[in-house]
Amino acid sequence: MVSKIINHSINKDEEKILSFMARIEAGEKIEADDWMPDEYRNVLIKLISMHGISEIMGALPEKEWVPKAPSLKRKLGIMAKVQDEMGHGQLLLRVTEDLIKPLGKTREDIMEDLFSGDLKFHNVFHMEAPTWGDAGLIGWLVDGAAIITQTNMLSASYGPYARALKRICAEEVFHAQHGEAIILALAEGTEAQKAMIQDSINRWWESLLMFFGPGDAKAVGTSKQDITAKYKIRSKSNEELRQDFFTKYVPRILSLGLTIPDLTMHFDDQKKEWIYRQPDWNRFKEIVRNKGPKSQERLRLRKLSYENNEWVRSALSSGSENEAG
Amino acid sequence: MNELLSTEEKRAVIELLYQLADDDFIISYRGSEWLGLAPHIEEDVAFSSISQDTMGHAAMYYQLLEELGEKDRDYLSHARKSNERKNAVLLELVNGEGHYLHEPRYDWAFTVVRHYYYSQAKKVKIESLKQSSYPPLAAAAVKISMELHYHLMHWTVWFTQLLNAGGEAKKRMLKAIAKVEAEFEDVLSLGPLSKEIVKAQLIEEESRLLLSFHANINAVFNDLSIPYKGEFTSLSGRGRFGEHTEDLSEALNTLGEVYHSDPGAVW
Repeated sequence: MVSKIINHSINKDEEKILSFMARIEAGEKIEADDWMPDEYRNVLIKLISMHGISEIMGALPEKEWVPKAPSLKRKLGIMAKVQDEMGHGQLLLRVTEDLIKPLGKTREDIMEDLFSGDLKFHNVFHMEAPTWGDAGLIGWLVDGAAIITQTNMLSASYGPYARALKRICAEEVFHAQHGEAIILALAEGTEAQKAMIQDSINRWWESLLMFFGPGDAKAVGTSKQDITAKYKIRSKSNEELRQDFFTKYVPRILSLGLTIPDLTMHFDDQKKEWIYRQPDWNRFKEIVRNKGPKSQERLRLRKLSYENNEWVRSALSSGSENEAG
Repeated sequence: MNELLSTEEKRAVIELLYQLADDDFIISYRGSEWLGLAPHIEEDVAFSSISQDTMGHAAMYYQLLEELGEKDRDYLSHARKSNERKNAVLLELVNGEGHYLHEPRYDWAFTVVRHYYYSQAKKVKIESLKQSSYPPLAAAAVKISMELHYHLMHWTVWFTQLLNAGGEAKKRMLKAIAKVEAEFEDVLSLGPLSKEIVKAQLIEEESRLLLSFHANINAVFNDLSIPYKGEFTSLSGRGRFGEHTEDLSEALNTLGEVYHSDPGAVW
């Protein structure tokens, strides 16, 4: 009798999974309150919380340059851009909050996971941004790379994420234009200004390659590419996205009279792909484990502001309790 | 329009525009230092939007100065020395301990009170500027007042919420109110050319601005059941007269760092 019941419930779960996969295959959108397999929920939580927290941590390297931007126009531009990034972070954390709610978790847990190192943020935001050229390059190429990876998920099976990405991508296009405008001004400027961008490209090139993630699991040991493809969260592989990036940006970089710090870089006409030197994937693993040059400093900023404003959060929650009471 | 101004009127317009521009510019800068450090992410988004609007207001005033024959707006905002600045000292003071990139222990209560009082004062001035005899300034005031409406609403919510929360929050807020009031005289001052400014009918006189300010803020204090003294001083200096603190010099070094690396370059 007991085994019959177990069998029955296994069958019921299998049925649920089958009908769920049928919806995915049919291109239907899954919504926050729909039943979903744990594997799907977990991969979404990991992906979207990492994306959201990366937007927030990503404000920090640019934050450095907001007060220092060299004209009123640039000050206004970079203020608007970083504000958008924080807005994206907020939007994505809201999407994550709905996913973690059934697990009894809240935004506090997301922040705790960030501080403990369980929740990782994008490799590029662990890096140094020591010049104004970096402020331009982040907008131009880091946001350019982000547009490529995010466009790849615009038709993601999870409705709330797909809708958030639609808005995010629209704004990222402006960011890339903002970054490109800074870079163009420098490229048309003095010798020192030109040298400033070349220096930024040299510094950021390897991080930009890493941005798309390893080509396969061999490089770093694990990869979620197969799961995200199975559930139609994304369509292209990491390597395809990296190749798209090269196709779009290598000619633009060269046309500005700049060089790419990889002498092996070229397009192979027969293979129809870009040949390039692989970044150091062991270094990548170290960086995303919060051992990058700026990881600890930026986490410290986030953590300090969290602690420093504890009294504010507690005042707000006591206020809402008073109102509720 | 400029040619219709007498020399004395033009001097008065320029003086007033520097006060308005420098006020918005420096408080926006202080706001931008908060980026990524606000009490929660929603506030980070809202606050940076306010700082951005405020920088936009400063840019409008600097533009008007440029059109009156002063130097270009980037020079005016980035290159003028501390003793040439006309902003109120309250607005230049640091956000709290630490640096915006290293160990910032910024004071949210001071920030809320400073922005709330400043927005109230700005509102009083903007309402008066709408009737300014100098049409470009009156037109700017109409545009600014639309955004200012939301800024004031935002800071009013914070101001009342934190005072109503009682406990530590209220203690910190009362301390911040005392700190802000000790510097506040400067904010509603029209500086060394106040007579000329009023004579040219650019804005109402200081005493009238102050009365409107007291009336508006008193109503809020009444609702909060907190006594409002409304006694202001200029403890750290009178910014309208070019007196400033070390905090301003440091801010100017930071905000002009890239600009000064090559002032002739196009950025």
